[in-house]
Amino acid sequence: MHTTPRRPILAIAAWAIGPLAALLVAHQAMAESRITAPPNARWSAECGTCHVAYPAPLLSAQGWHRIMSQLDRHFGTDASLEPAAAAEIGAYLERYSGSSRRTAASPDSMRITETAWFVHEHGEVPSAVWRSPAVKSAANCAACHTGAEKGDFRERGIRIPR
Amino acid sequence: MGGEGAVVRFLAAAAAASVLAGAANAATPAAEQRRFEVEARASAPGFSGFSAQRGEALFKATHGGEWSCSSCHTGNPLAQGKHARTGKPIAPLAPAANPERFTDAATIDKWFRRNCNDVLARACTAQEKGDVMQYLMSLK
Repeated sequence: MHTTPRRPILAIAAWAIGPLAALLVAHQAMAESRITAPPNARWSAECGTCHVAYPAPLLSAQGWHRIMSQLDRHFGTDASLEPAAAAEIGAYLERYSGSSRRTAASPDSMRITETAWFVHEHGEVPSAVWRSPAVKSAANCAACHTGAEKGDFRERGIRIPR
Repeated sequence: MGGEGAVVRFLAAAAAASVLAGAANAATPAAEQRRFEVEARASAPGFSGFSAQRGEALFKATHGGEWSCSSCHTGNPLAQGKHARTGKPIAPLAPAANPERFTDAATIDKWFRRNCNDVLARACTAQEKGDVMQYLMSLK
């Protein structure tokens, strides 16, 4: 004989809330590696031609400001923009820039790969992977993160090229 | 009746206007090249046209630096290129392989500005830009 719950309402509530709570936890975990800034058309067009349009939360406001102030000498190439495009993209990057804890780097760094978060997340990657011709550079997110172009950096999307 | 006629006339005018606006936005490579011809004539009285051969030579040479145009766009601009530093694919540059190329003045000016600076460490002249376009437009 199984016992009937004395307060069916509570049983129903637990039944409904349990999965919901699990879903919320899972969603939180996803959000950690899904870079959530609303996309900006100009940012994705202008910053996504030569490389993955790096999501704003990956770098501090200070880092973005430094990048935007010297686009004509952008990691060895001229990536200069029209003033209107530069102003819109600069404001967008600053608005959604990362918190200082995640994106802490040396004060004059402009590199996402030097942030505390990046170094921590990529500690397990063997150096041979970084040197592989298919990867070429740590800036080449999409070499391993198959969803990088969509801002999706979840574990399940990682395929290390051989 | 008269009301219907007015609506039809309005719609026809709107359609015509949108076709014209579309035409103004999407220029042809030849029309874009004429901008450089006007500029070249104004700056060099001896201007004698554009040359695909000169354009190809400019495109494939390193001009004292590390890169040529073909470092990223490859020696065959009908084919897909690859960014020399990041490895990201670049859609073909020749209009025959990619009809979007050389159809937007701002895009053309932006990339000539950036890439001439990267390859030649200076701005290209109107003659040089027209020559390179002549070369790219000659590829079929």
